[in-house]
Amino acid sequence: MTTSETMARASAKSSGHTYAPKDGLLLQVADLHVEFHTPDGIARAINGVNFDLYEGQTLAILGESGSGKSVTAQAIMGILDMPPAVIPHGQIRYCGEDLLTMDPEQRRRTRGPEISMVFQDALSSLNPVFPVGWQIAEMFRVHRGMNKSDALERAVKLMQRVQIPAAKERVKAYPHQFSGGMRQRIMIAMAIALDPAVLIADEPTTALDVTVQAQIMALLQELQEERQMGLILITHDLGVVADVADKIAVMYAGRIVERADVFDLYRKPAHPYTKGLLESIPRLDQKGQQLAAIGGLPPNLMRIPNGCAFNPRCKYAQDVCREDRPALLEVVPGRESACHFAEEVLNG
Amino acid sequence: MAEAILTATDLVKYYPIKGGVLRRTVGNVKAVDGVSFELLKGETLGIVGESGCGKSTLGRLLMRLEEPTSGSVVFDGVDMYAQKGRAMRRLRRDIQIVFQDPYTSLNPRKTVGDIVGEPFDIHPDVVPKKGRRKAVQDLLDLVGLNPEHINRYPHQFSGGQRQRIGIARGIALNPKVLICDEPVSALDVSVQAQVVNLMEKLQDELGLSYIFIAHDLSVVRHISDRVGVMYLGKMAELGEEDEIYGRPTHPYTQALLSAVPVPDPTLRDKREQIVLKGDVPSPANPPSGCRFHTRCWKAQDKCKTDIPLLEPRPDGVAEHLSACHFAAPREIIETIDLTEIDPKAQTAGA
Amino acid sequence: MTEASTIAVGAETSAPSQGQDEARSLTSDAWRSLKRNPIFWVSVVLIVVFVLMAAWPSLFTNVDPNAAVLKEARQRPNGNAWFGRDIQGYDIYSRTIYGARASILVGVFASIVTVLIGGAMGVAAGYYGGWLDSVVSRITDIFFAIPLLLGGILLMATFPNTVDSPYLVVVGKVVLVLSLFGWPGLARLMRSSVLQVKPNDYVQAARALGASPWRIIRAHVLPNAVAPMIVVATINLGVFISVEATLSFLGIGLTPPAVSWGVAISDAIVALRTTPHILLFPSLFLSLTVLAFIMLGDAVRDAFDPKSR
Repeated sequence: MTTSETMARASAKSSGHTYAPKDGLLLQVADLHVEFHTPDGIARAINGVNFDLYEGQTLAILGESGSGKSVTAQAIMGILDMPPAVIPHGQIRYCGEDLLTMDPEQRRRTRGPEISMVFQDALSSLNPVFPVGWQIAEMFRVHRGMNKSDALERAVKLMQRVQIPAAKERVKAYPHQFSGGMRQRIMIAMAIALDPAVLIADEPTTALDVTVQAQIMALLQELQEERQMGLILITHDLGVVADVADKIAVMYAGRIVERADVFDLYRKPAHPYTKGLLESIPRLDQKGQQLAAIGGLPPNLMRIPNGCAFNPRCKYAQDVCREDRPALLEVVPGRESACHFAEEVLNG
Repeated sequence: MAEAILTATDLVKYYPIKGGVLRRTVGNVKAVDGVSFELLKGETLGIVGESGCGKSTLGRLLMRLEEPTSGSVVFDGVDMYAQKGRAMRRLRRDIQIVFQDPYTSLNPRKTVGDIVGEPFDIHPDVVPKKGRRKAVQDLLDLVGLNPEHINRYPHQFSGGQRQRIGIARGIALNPKVLICDEPVSALDVSVQAQVVNLMEKLQDELGLSYIFIAHDLSVVRHISDRVGVMYLGKMAELGEEDEIYGRPTHPYTQALLSAVPVPDPTLRDKREQIVLKGDVPSPANPPSGCRFHTRCWKAQDKCKTDIPLLEPRPDGVAEHLSACHFAAPREIIETIDLTEIDPKAQTAGA
Repeated sequence: MTEASTIAVGAETSAPSQGQDEARSLTSDAWRSLKRNPIFWVSVVLIVVFVLMAAWPSLFTNVDPNAAVLKEARQRPNGNAWFGRDIQGYDIYSRTIYGARASILVGVFASIVTVLIGGAMGVAAGYYGGWLDSVVSRITDIFFAIPLLLGGILLMATFPNTVDSPYLVVVGKVVLVLSLFGWPGLARLMRSSVLQVKPNDYVQAARALGASPWRIIRAHVLPNAVAPMIVVATINLGVFISVEATLSFLGIGLTPPAVSWGVAISDAIVALRTTPHILLFPSLFLSLTVLAFIMLGDAVRDAFDPKSR
């Protein structure tokens, strides 16, 4: 990082942020519900999600398709299509201010300088008819009111920061002229351009090859440490999470079913679903044996089972699981699980 | 050693790039560029590699969904590309495919019964007309679906169930070889394991040989007896599963294995990750000599000019096939071994 | 109930499975859902009425459509002439009934022929590709460049009808001309939807099973590619009827004594300001016909799409 970049960043910090976190607490999601009203019925995508995000923290939201992890990200960003989506209740407080009750224009201005997002598919997230440098520079022109040449200069610096080789020459190139990994770097450059306090990465490496995935994750981690951003990493990949996350929230059928420090969670899961996920990864000592698969399928969000949503697939399920929906409670200090038999799972 | 059921020799597939007003061929995308291997009876050969390495094209060549530019495939003593008409149709019974995307691999306008029964319509002599419905229901039962769902349409099933339907269609004609092109990559982790288990069960029950194409190294390791690693249309390394994963000698294989994120946070800083520079080059304009030399930390001048052959090279214990001038084993931490954190091995207590 | 009941793979369905023993296919399922669709029945009733009108106009009226009562010209609807009389003093009701024949023949047959030609060309170009695609696409482009009306005028003027040309020859000629210049749009549409369907893995799977190209086209490509063409073809039906009207207006389409809605509509336009009822009735019938076919097309398309059920 060059000195001019540091200075530019410092000035951006003083001018760019309207909100200041208290005690490092950036984001508080409280009792968030999201429903999709479709002609076939109401799909309850998120059913009461709570979490906090602090400066410099990496929170991983882990879940399978339909778990509500991406909807959570979209709700925080305010990019849900409403309708069909409806947020019946819940709060998303950014530095104490509830984004959901904020005036739309005011909220729009938080996207970019305060909270920004990296998407899975970099090719469809970039506009194919404009040069990438122009697209990055646009961020500075719109939000910072810079003139064209200054903005382009900043764009080149950012491209260098995300390690795009020959950035000066490639600033005028179009998205299709970059490889998948390079496009994801450009997306990251755009996301961090205005020095956001919170960065949401929605499956940032799923579309990439393993060898490129490692580079991108390393870059994200580096940027996060350098800028002390709060990073929400949304993924289904247990491997990626283990490498970078501080805390993990495991989602199932629109709820957080387990939340813990990354080391604790991998050492000893406290929810049967987490346990099942970890066990279903092929391991060396299982060669030639059956994998410990979780039976059954994730529930249809229009007909989430009564009681614990996981009960039809759960080895531990008893009658109580079919009747009472377990709340996310602390099992041992620092470990929360939404399971009636959390202690048994943890100790068993 | 079991005998080979399928032998591919020097398979090449170039896709011409047309350019200019006259649509002349101005270049070639070298999707598969000289690949040879044998598939033994009853074994699973895993093919791994990143996007653009040609692994899917290889699968399509083996199915003869594409005609090769050159090279041959001998299946059960028969030269596949020399077969025509009826003989080729007969051959197709013995070699079938399961596709990656369970959403595009099933015709949305056909019932499950029609989809799984289509092989019998095309090859009417396999099962008499009267017995077809029963045969389809038996197949559904075999792959773990409710036989009563025969009249449902694909959209009424989840991704994992659709993949089971695709597998039922693939094994309907009782093939000898099943080519699985990324059969579990589109599925959720918890469902992946179910499908992998099913495929292993079917292999035991039906004596199938699998070519298992995937980019997920841990799944390939679990299911494969032997593994081939492809890079830009060429086979970089080929050997027994423990040779490839335990003592790889090709730098690309080593980098690939080290890049796989390990689901164990305690190994975070202990792993020696090889982070490769840059992306995979375009197969339209692959590097000269060894195709990996542009990203390789071991590359010398020789690598830019001489194409390394896939031949037996020492791996520390014995030797296996590797295409690197400087093939040598490297100490790497077991990538996918989770034995350490097996919950059962843990002592209770919090 | 599908998802809920299959929570556990292979679990028993909770709902009693009706008719599990008979094998169902898309066609039988489509018919089953068509039968329950009121829109389908409304369109069928309308079409049946119009077809009866075209086949046996005397069922509906015994007034001669060519009997002009000049002194009663432009009369508004009354007990004697239900729809009133036009500028020539013809009975509008009778002429609208008799006009159905020419209009429906022209519309329906031109639509069918364009679907056949356009569909075949589109499938050939899209499925086989290569040189065949180049040839077919260039031919399509050439015909596409000639506007429907201009082509119609050229051809009809080159081969004019005589007074004693038989009715079916007159109508047939119009159908031929409209088909000749009407298919390229459908061919392009079909080609692009075939190109979308072709790379799907289920087509590859059928190839891998050794299915013949004909079987693949019939079972996999056509059912998944035909929907956009059905929609456009039903809309085209109305277009053809109105182009026929224009040709007739120019005196080179249908010639008297043949009557058609198109002719009636063009005749009525001159008197639109003073006597709008002359225009109203033939246009209403034309709109109803087109609407009926569009509804039928929509209903059929939905019935053959399992996801819409």
